[in-house]
Amino acid sequence: MAAINRDDVAHLAQLAHIEMSAEELDRMAGELAVIVDSVKSVSEAAGDDVPATSHPIPLTNVFREDVVGHTFTAEQSLSGAPDAYEGRFKVPAILDEV
Amino acid sequence: MTDATLSFEEAMDKYDPVLGFEVHVELNTKTKMFSCAPNVFGDEPNTNVNEVDLGMPGVLPVVNKTAIESSIKIGLALNCKIAEKCRFARKNYFYPDTPKNFQTSQYDEPIAYDGYLDIELSDGTVFRVEIERAHMEEDAGKLTHMGGATGRIQGADYSLVDYNRSGVPLVEIVTKPIEGAGSRAPELAKAYVAAVREIVKNLGVSDAKMERGNVRCDANVSLRPHGRERFGIRSETKNVNSLRAVEHAVRYEIQRHAAVLDSGEPVIQETRHWHEDTRTTTSGRAKSDADDYRYFPEPDLVPITASREWVEELRATLPEPPAARRKRLQADWGYSDLEFRDVVNAGVMDEIEETIAAGATATVARKWWMGEIVGRAKNADVDPGQLGVAPATIVELNKMVEDGKINNKMASEVLDGVLAGEGTPAEIVEKRGLAVVSDDAPLLEAIDAALAAQPDVADKIRGGKVQAIGAIVGGVMKATRGQADAGRVRELILQRLGVEG
Amino acid sequence: MTENNELIRLSAAALAEKLAAREITAVEVTQAYLDRIAAVDGKVHAFLHVNADEALAVAAEVDAIRAAGGAAAEELHVLAGVPIAVKDLIVTIGQPTTAGSKILEGWHSPYDATVVERLRAAKMPILGKTNLDEFAMGSSTEHSAYGPTHNPWDLERIPGGSGGGSAAAVAAFEAPLALGTDTGGSIRQPGAVTGTVGVKPTYGGVSRYGAIAMASSLDQIGPVSRTVLDSALLHQVIGGHDPRDSTSLPDPLEDLVAAARTGNVKGMKIGIIKELHGEGYQAGVENRFNESLELLKGAGAEIVEVSCPNFKYALGAYYLIMPSEASSNLAKFDGVRYGLRVLPKDGPMTIERVMGATRAAGFGDEVKRRIILGTYALSAGYYDAYYGSAQKVRTLIQRDFDAAFEKADVLISPTAPTTAFKLGEKLNDPLAMYLNDVATIPANMAGVPGLSLPGGLADEDGLPVGIQLLAPARQDARLYRVGAVLESLLEAQWGGPLLDKAPSLTDSAVSSHGGSH
Repeated sequence: MAAINRDDVAHLAQLAHIEMSAEELDRMAGELAVIVDSVKSVSEAAGDDVPATSHPIPLTNVFREDVVGHTFTAEQSLSGAPDAYEGRFKVPAILDEV
Repeated sequence: MTDATLSFEEAMDKYDPVLGFEVHVELNTKTKMFSCAPNVFGDEPNTNVNEVDLGMPGVLPVVNKTAIESSIKIGLALNCKIAEKCRFARKNYFYPDTPKNFQTSQYDEPIAYDGYLDIELSDGTVFRVEIERAHMEEDAGKLTHMGGATGRIQGADYSLVDYNRSGVPLVEIVTKPIEGAGSRAPELAKAYVAAVREIVKNLGVSDAKMERGNVRCDANVSLRPHGRERFGIRSETKNVNSLRAVEHAVRYEIQRHAAVLDSGEPVIQETRHWHEDTRTTTSGRAKSDADDYRYFPEPDLVPITASREWVEELRATLPEPPAARRKRLQADWGYSDLEFRDVVNAGVMDEIEETIAAGATATVARKWWMGEIVGRAKNADVDPGQLGVAPATIVELNKMVEDGKINNKMASEVLDGVLAGEGTPAEIVEKRGLAVVSDDAPLLEAIDAALAAQPDVADKIRGGKVQAIGAIVGGVMKATRGQADAGRVRELILQRLGVEG
Repeated sequence: MTENNELIRLSAAALAEKLAAREITAVEVTQAYLDRIAAVDGKVHAFLHVNADEALAVAAEVDAIRAAGGAAAEELHVLAGVPIAVKDLIVTIGQPTTAGSKILEGWHSPYDATVVERLRAAKMPILGKTNLDEFAMGSSTEHSAYGPTHNPWDLERIPGGSGGGSAAAVAAFEAPLALGTDTGGSIRQPGAVTGTVGVKPTYGGVSRYGAIAMASSLDQIGPVSRTVLDSALLHQVIGGHDPRDSTSLPDPLEDLVAAARTGNVKGMKIGIIKELHGEGYQAGVENRFNESLELLKGAGAEIVEVSCPNFKYALGAYYLIMPSEASSNLAKFDGVRYGLRVLPKDGPMTIERVMGATRAAGFGDEVKRRIILGTYALSAGYYDAYYGSAQKVRTLIQRDFDAAFEKADVLISPTAPTTAFKLGEKLNDPLAMYLNDVATIPANMAGVPGLSLPGGLADEDGLPVGIQLLAPARQDARLYRVGAVLESLLEAQWGGPLLDKAPSLTDSAVSSHGGSH
């Protein structure tokens, strides 16, 4: 398993949409390297014959009947919005181009 | 910038196209995929939502059972296998129309897989398209781009988000690579999407209106030199949202790829956007999260197991498949292959079926739809079914003709009146005074007048030159403003002149 | 004030009895707790928000119903009028919910969590929202964006985490009951270091709807209290099926209160987990643990030793699964629909950059660390080695539990390897911090229920030690049965509840103990 370096952290921060300063990237890379090193034994713990467990208590087919329930008013929907306009959430431009 | 293209014929001479389609079908369930908010189109923004659709802190999804059943039905109609066990996963990417910044979607465990669809082309050729899988996912909200030119994302100052569509259940149908279509590729593309649309409409699981985005198509195209097995690099054209556009987009991409390959450049694997106005595609912008969606099984949902009993129960509810239905209807109606294909291509098969159910014969129904209505629809630029002709109207008009109350010419005029909203056929006949003159007395009066006005013609007829009768009939029709039954007029003239017809 | 002091030291069960007998009123009780909060929370900082008006209104409503008598009074829930504090990870209408994060500062939820609906249905006055590590990520409450909570036993020490606020509130007599959430020990470990009781129910036993998710497959809401019986009473209010949570168990809830009241361990097999004591555990913790074993043996239980060899992988697997799920669960905090929005200082003003600036400013270091770690573990090329392997370890841990429960009815271990450490001591050493949860994590990985109760004070520092009981999935009642017995045996030895030995916090002689705050 490859060690985690500063460039990896920069890429991960971009994927996770967290802006990070150069200093923060360095610090995070150092901390993560230690953590990743301590968890790497996990990849050797179980053989191919061991199935994965995604839910601690297995259930299947938990469904909802197709019956309409409660809805919000536009006012409720937008009550926590940082910015809104005419009943909709307002966000800055998606693309940086004209 | 306009991309270079080769002519379609030249492209076909040099290259062999391989197609692939991802068709998204919006299900018409009453509620969303994972929340109890209503699945309704076109309401006031952000009102068909609750905390789940807005991705508020603390919310959890619960799967809509009807959406699962609809998905299984689609799988069965596409001749797929239905997974005994499948799951949802999270597809992680940031975009403001995606309220959780991940889409809950099936990934490596689709509910249906390994199917096929036999597509009939316009000349009757049947082409088998293999289906790789049909999987469930949720729709995103709707972004409106403001401040820039023409509502495009490029140059917009800001965007507005309406999450009403967020969480609407979707089934994505993915084909295996389609080889061997050759120059029929554009036609096959259109016919395939039309067939999927017809199936989901027939199943009743989607409103299937392409203009509303109920059925959306992404078309993959690649070219390879004839005889080569390895596929070329493909482009994926998004938002091809009408049947015509599917055909045009595939055709355009074939021509564009051919020009790129001819120039010696490699084709770029990318997303292309279809533009209906120019009938061209442009390069799409790569998302920053590119190809690392960090899929993992959705921990807030549990697996779905489709018991064989459940699948068979659902199979038993399936309507007759469209292809089988077509065969049955053609046999029932006694149409020739050509007549039937014309009916199908004109898109009036359902309407003819309804008209026959309302009491018309197969011949009469075809005569009206193909002879009268299709042409009017074309002029009005709408689907024939959308023109507003009720089957009962056709039955009523036809009965009037058969009873001799009006003739065919008048019937056509009455139909115009119906479409103009002037009332029922009976009312229009009354209002416009369009009854066929069936009482012989006024006719005889007109005949006598016509004979008196053209004595020489009358003599000719008496002398055996019956073909001269047209001039007298014409005079009578003119005098009765076309309301007389020309056949009856002819009989009466001959009677009057004592000549055998 | 003396009378009020007596009121706040009563257990929830005792309060419920006196309320039902109309010896006291719910308004008196609620006001007594609000007064206590006003008096000591400046030092403890257990609360992020105090909900005095609504709490008093609910209390008055209960009093009015009781005064009117009749069917409505008969139908009142046994805990009606008994106040409660709610961890600020659980959404509430009418009060802010921050998750201990700047990114949700001032946010008001437009909906109630299922457990909050159930508290309201039982007419339990909600005193307020308690402090926590940001998004429940931590073992000390030091990662709260709103400042740490202080341990009522020693204000210079941590109250545990992430639910340090709920545990400290209960330990400092600022609330008789509280709700917590437990992803890797966030209810039990704070219980251990504050001398209180905390229960993580079987996964799916309590609805997660409205608990802001950290790791969906590990999170559980549970009770925090001063006695085992009180936890059972609260568990009974919040537990049971919820159709809004797909992972909610359909099983009917067992009678947990009866289990707590009829505690008996005679003939029960209690298993010591070989891997969860000894090396790495503080001597005083070991001593108290051994003492509890002797008491249980004396009460007729058979003590057996079990081995769970795969528990050594539990911490590593936890630190892959938890951040992976958290990285996805926390993606929704982006400055579009609710919460903080921060604009980039310079450069193009695109939504992508606004999201990046918002999340940079809104999340603290520990949250960022876990998001980046989780993003890494899920990213292309690493999934199988990390997330996939960790889920296999989960299977191995479940198998260990299955084998252990073949030999024992319940398992026992210290809840945490040490007593409360000093604030700041492990703040810059994430790995040392993570080790606090080594004994509590296996239960989350396997979904089994766990209870922590006070086991006495460590000889070397006089601070509380926690004893953890673990039962098979869906057998939460066993925890209450054994826990109530051990609690009564220990209290008989101490001559009263352990919290009687805690500083009063209003006594000036004690405040010098934590004087630097």
